[in-house]
Amino acid sequence: MKYLPPGAPDSVVDVQPVYQNFIGGKWMPPVSGSYRVNLSPATAKPICEVAESTPEDVELALDAAHAAKDEWGEKSTAQRAAMLNRIADAIDEHREMLAVAESWENGKPVRETLAADIPLAADHFRYFAAAIRAEESEISEIDKDLIAYHFKEPLGVVGQIIPFNFPLLMAAWKLAPALAAGNCSVLKPASPTPWSILKLMEVLEDFLPPGIVNVVTGPGGQIGKALAANPRIAKVAFTGETVTGRLIMQYASEHIIPVTLELGGKSPNIFFSDVMSAEDEFLDKAVEGLVLYAFNKGEVCTCPSRALIQESIYDKFMELALDRIARIKEGNPLDTETMMGPQNSAQQLEKIASYVEIGKAEGAEVLIGGKRAHIGGEFEDGYFFEPTVLKGHNKMRVFQEEIFGPVLAVTTFTDEADALAIANDTLYGLGAGVWTRDGSRAYRMGRAIKAGRVWTNCYHQYPAGAAFGGYKISGVGRETHKMMLDHYSQTKNLLVSYSSKPLGLF
Amino acid sequence: MSTSGAAVTGGQAPAGRLSATRAAREAVKRLCAALGGPVMFVQSGGCCAGSVPMCYPAGEFITGAGDLLLGTIEGCPFYIDAALDTAWNKPDFTLDIELGEPEGFSLGPAAGQHFVARSASCTTRQDERP
Repeated sequence: MKYLPPGAPDSVVDVQPVYQNFIGGKWMPPVSGSYRVNLSPATAKPICEVAESTPEDVELALDAAHAAKDEWGEKSTAQRAAMLNRIADAIDEHREMLAVAESWENGKPVRETLAADIPLAADHFRYFAAAIRAEESEISEIDKDLIAYHFKEPLGVVGQIIPFNFPLLMAAWKLAPALAAGNCSVLKPASPTPWSILKLMEVLEDFLPPGIVNVVTGPGGQIGKALAANPRIAKVAFTGETVTGRLIMQYASEHIIPVTLELGGKSPNIFFSDVMSAEDEFLDKAVEGLVLYAFNKGEVCTCPSRALIQESIYDKFMELALDRIARIKEGNPLDTETMMGPQNSAQQLEKIASYVEIGKAEGAEVLIGGKRAHIGGEFEDGYFFEPTVLKGHNKMRVFQEEIFGPVLAVTTFTDEADALAIANDTLYGLGAGVWTRDGSRAYRMGRAIKAGRVWTNCYHQYPAGAAFGGYKISGVGRETHKMMLDHYSQTKNLLVSYSSKPLGLF
Repeated sequence: MSTSGAAVTGGQAPAGRLSATRAAREAVKRLCAALGGPVMFVQSGGCCAGSVPMCYPAGEFITGAGDLLLGTIEGCPFYIDAALDTAWNKPDFTLDIELGEPEGFSLGPAAGQHFVARSASCTTRQDERP
């Protein structure tokens, strides 16, 4: 079926011409009165206008968050969990609306937002509702009269900056643990995708305590520093690219606040020859596993953008894979049959095209794709690129640089040691995939690969409860796991003496 | 790239690796005039920010021993992480400008424009792109 675009008559998504910032539970116009057009990448045409905020708007959001933080922070874990579950229920109730809105704004296919992004976002709030209820702290009996009590306390107000590739899911990954731990947030969505999260705020505004979540839209060059370097935040969390991550870490150092970062990747996807030892369902899954580089049109920090195939199976395995890639249905992101939508912006499209040229200049062979896709009709101006495979070796730039598009770099390896060397020969360490029927080999490889997430006989699954984050320059900290509650808390130690005896020192 | 963990030092690159189009030079001059001071460029590694040079007021981004000074454009330094540069096989870069908003916290040359850094092996011009 095809969903109608947001704003069209009878669409499941209503669109106002202009949106404000969401601050203190109210829709507040930007102080400067400036707005910016928000385009759909499917058609390159406007969806609506959103606030083009300035640092003054960030200060207003911080005012609202600070006004709310004591009451929210003092709520019991049961009360906070109940609110998180209510958020999850509201997301579920409005699943279709949010899925269509996000799909149109980002370009990702609605089949993915309906099946993955939105349900995962709801589940994230449920997971942290459960985790915070179950959390306990430890006491230590130092001696019979000296007891150490440990309490987890909220940090207060946190600043959160998220990317364009999964607008609602990234918001959930940031907000759920922060709120669970008793904090209030000022969230800055990415400039290309500021609107779908405002649709989420519309769904929550009737019951969300004012000020616990505040959304300020605008360009990073204007308001990024105003948030990240602000003395009024107790922590900053960022998902995005490396140089901005480094800058944020630098700002955090100015005020000695903790920072968690989830940055880029060039994740290897490793296929051992035994995946072809039977023509069974698992082989089918492995072939799909390679083609998953096209998931979310390749705009994923953990995109399995380097396929390492054992040389003895290369020809046959690639034949199956290329056949599958040739069948990728690309087009209208609101059609539930569509597998790949447009890239997020004209810039992304240009960059992907330039990387294909770089690859060719380096001697890579284009096995399929390699150019802009022409969908035609109302989508002719959309930012579509063909799913592409480049064959080469790991020292090429297209094997080392993060392209952030549906471009797979494929190479072969001889044995386990060779696979490992190639897999680890990268500055990044976010994700990896290992495909083999041999469990011991899978274990050895997984433990030796320097990445925070090693998908083993699977890929692109992001359940809550599985820690996610980077090694090396891919980041600091782990998300989607209850350990995030520690990142959003501080520990109070009450060291209590039940003895009346002085120390005898003075 | 070095997998031994040995330090990759920054310092200064040999001359000639960095150039700029006239449009970029004009844009940098105008931007500096508007800001009342020089800017700096730091090449991004990729990800959502599209491998663009981030542009900040000079001194805003603290560079260290691991950062390589590729050159200066109109008095504005252009840095790249030395390990990144090695992983990228040390291409030559040409600073240019394109339509589209800047990424991350980067400044742009003018409203609705951003800086790009074209690499030597990418010489495809606007009208030649597929």
